[in-house]
Amino acid sequence: MAEMEVDVRGQTCPVPLVECRKAFKRASPGDLVIVKGTHPASKKEIPMACESMGLKVLEIKDKEGGKEWEIKIRR
Amino acid sequence: MGEKAVIILHSGDMDKVYSALIIANGALAMGMEASIYFTFWGLMRLKKGELEKGPLSKMNMMGAGRYMVKQRMSKAHVVSLEKLMSDFKELGGKIIACEMTMEIMGISKEEIRTEWVDEWGAVGTYIHEARDANITLFI
Repeated sequence: MAEMEVDVRGQTCPVPLVECRKAFKRASPGDLVIVKGTHPASKKEIPMACESMGLKVLEIKDKEGGKEWEIKIRR
Repeated sequence: MGEKAVIILHSGDMDKVYSALIIANGALAMGMEASIYFTFWGLMRLKKGELEKGPLSKMNMMGAGRYMVKQRMSKAHVVSLEKLMSDFKELGGKIIACEMTMEIMGISKEEIRTEWVDEWGAVGTYIHEARDANITLFI
């Protein structure tokens, strides 16, 4: 199973969501998609998008003292 | 069929074109289908070299207000309309161009970025798209 990293640190709406969607299209079922970002709204909207697409969010964690976040998703 | 968002873009104002493309990309990113129906002033933005050229809907001030907003957008890392359009197409978004507007404004297909356009249509095409849509907006 492959692992894919989506680095959208510094990017704003709607790029983090869009780049995640692109990664889900490229990834195969079972692959791990790791998204790194800084845009606050995307931290809650990416899990919302995953839920509506039936993808499992494995972990959401804050980094760099809350300035960055990382979301792990099982495609 | 999955859920769908259908947007009519009547305005050619830069800020409103941003709204339409951001919402449409958001819908695609959240697993929906999305289409944008470009009509009237909105259709002008499909002309070659015109996507980024719209004025600001308010406080344009002969382009001075627009310039200021553009500066602030780039400082906030907002991407270009060209990038939003290319993402929209990459994620399977659909563009419909209004044929009546083309006739009224005297625009030929040669003047349009036809690589973006999936369908040339009229009101029937919009209704057909929108009747089973979950979200439809007029911008």
